[in-house]
Amino acid sequence: MTNQDKTNKKVVIELQNVRREFQVGDETVKALRGVSFKIYEGEFVTIQGTSGSGKSTLLNQLGCLDTPTSGEYLLDGVPVRMMSKNQRAKLRNRKIGFIFQNYNLLAKTTAVENVELPLMYNKKVKAKERRERAVKALIEVGLGDRLEHKSNQMSGGQMQRVAIARALVNDPTILLADEATGNLDTRTSFEMLVLFQKLYREGHTIIFVTHNPEIAQYSSRNIFLRDGQIKSDTYNDNILDAAAALAALPKPQD
Amino acid sequence: MSFIVLLAVIALAVILYVVARTTLLGMTFRVALKAIASNKGRSFLSMLGIIIGVAAVIVMMAIGQGSKESVRKNISQMGTNIIMVRPGADMRGGVRQDPSSMQTLKIEDYEAIRNKASYIMYTSPEVSSSGQVIYGANNTNTSVYGESLEYMDIKQWQIEEGTCFTEQDVQSAAKVCLVGKTVVDELFPEGGDVIGKTIRFKSMPVRIVGVLKSKGYNSFGMDQDNLLIMPYTTVMKRLLAQTYFTSINCSALTEELTDQAIEELTAILRENHKLKDGADDDFTIHSQAEMMETMSSTMDSITLILVVAAAFSLLVAGIGIMNIMLVSVTERTKEIGLRMSVGARGIDISIQFLIESILISVTGGLLGILVGFGLCQIATGLLGLPTSIPGWSIILSFAVCTVIGILFGYIPAKKAANLDPIEAIRYE
Repeated sequence: MTNQDKTNKKVVIELQNVRREFQVGDETVKALRGVSFKIYEGEFVTIQGTSGSGKSTLLNQLGCLDTPTSGEYLLDGVPVRMMSKNQRAKLRNRKIGFIFQNYNLLAKTTAVENVELPLMYNKKVKAKERRERAVKALIEVGLGDRLEHKSNQMSGGQMQRVAIARALVNDPTILLADEATGNLDTRTSFEMLVLFQKLYREGHTIIFVTHNPEIAQYSSRNIFLRDGQIKSDTYNDNILDAAAALAALPKPQD
Repeated sequence: MSFIVLLAVIALAVILYVVARTTLLGMTFRVALKAIASNKGRSFLSMLGIIIGVAAVIVMMAIGQGSKESVRKNISQMGTNIIMVRPGADMRGGVRQDPSSMQTLKIEDYEAIRNKASYIMYTSPEVSSSGQVIYGANNTNTSVYGESLEYMDIKQWQIEEGTCFTEQDVQSAAKVCLVGKTVVDELFPEGGDVIGKTIRFKSMPVRIVGVLKSKGYNSFGMDQDNLLIMPYTTVMKRLLAQTYFTSINCSALTEELTDQAIEELTAILRENHKLKDGADDDFTIHSQAEMMETMSSTMDSITLILVVAAAFSLLVAGIGIMNIMLVSVTERTKEIGLRMSVGARGIDISIQFLIESILISVTGGLLGILVGFGLCQIATGLLGLPTSIPGWSIILSFAVCTVIGILFGYIPAKKAANLDPIEAIRYE
């Protein structure tokens, strides 16, 4: 994507000088010191930084789990800072799909039921539609043949696919991944990247928070964070193909 | 018929299944059930408190209710329309006298009641004494009651052998008596015909004319068969040489007319005793119905105390549930965090935990009712305690269990709802 393209695209995320401070004892910890950027629809953004860079705090802001101390965060045009807890819960339910490092599936629960979970908290979606959408999301991530498998009968990669399907099921404005490949081996990590690239091509907006610089090569835009500020924000003109990288991986040896 | 019931049950099961599968509340129920089922041992242990508590309450109520019913039955067997007139409420120089020593009830009162009272069916004066009764080498201690013929009608007593004494016997103060079964057994251990035998009470020989049908022990533990009944004239003139009665027993026409009968008796006796207006009665009147009320309310108080004691164990059980629920919230912090991050509000989370604690306590309550039923069967079967489980006690148990579930689930549910999703989702 070039700068000219962006003007035609919708802004889905806009941070305006966002600051977040925590009070720890007598000390004020400034986790975010004035962060501003826009993310446009259809971007695949990686946010990188070392621990302590404010990565997690930023993720919490983007995910509407937390609110800025000052500044403003607009998600899909909606200002978040003054929202109540319940309003933010609803916003998360409708506009955000979370993918966690540890998958966070419900124990002893089938794939379909896990994926249905976000829709359970949306009264507008009736049972039949809920199930249909859950099945569709599972087919999308390549688990159409494992609908009724329980979470404890699945591999790590399969569990993360269920988690991605769960994130997709409410048709969110943004997919928010937190170290989504952090617990997976190299091969499975690349399988996930293939899936994320597929979703990117289909037009999903993806924000991928990671400390692994390798992943940045497969995304369209890279934001680096250091000490609560943006150190660099660059567009990747040469996005590597995860599928090719996966094919090039040495076969596992017995 | 059973086909229809079967259909209804299947329909209900299908509806419940659909509800459980499709609604948020249904899903929340299944989540709670799953949480309980995945910790069977722990869930059962926290239920155990409720089971024991509810069973204890049910058993206590059943025993209380059963005893009350049996006391009522005993008293009503004695006749609920019985009215007793006793001397009493007499003051001499400011000192209240012992009613048994008072001499206010005389033969004139008896006759006035017989002649004037319109609400009274039967009347019998009573003089009583007690002492040793002897036949041959055998003796026993017993009570003697001097009565009129109508006493048998008032008490609804029956004669098993022989006959009652006659009006003639009353007139002549004949030395005849009716004996209770216990006295017969004590004096005539070899058995045989006792009618016509002469026994001695104190120094007076007296001929047995009839044996009373056995009535066993009453609910106060008194042997109702250990007695002699003689004409009241015999006891007054020949035995005690006294001119006053211990009491006068009457029976009202019906139980409903008891109050009118008491008023009428009071008026007759006041007139007879020439009491001025405003002066205290020198007698007291009690009805059997009144006694029954007193007994019932005494039994109720005892039952209440027992039930309250048992209810405390329910309180302790509730605290047990709260403890387990708090552990459960901590264990499932991560799950709570996930639910919140995909859009669950605080209230959605707290409802989930409330349902779980209600499920534990209501299931415990249900089992407790079953255990209570079983214990009542054992109490009746092995110990012979009268038990009767009041229907409302089951409804009450359910209500109490639900309240306990809500009450003691509230704090853990609130704790869960107040978790910060950011911290909860990363909780290890």
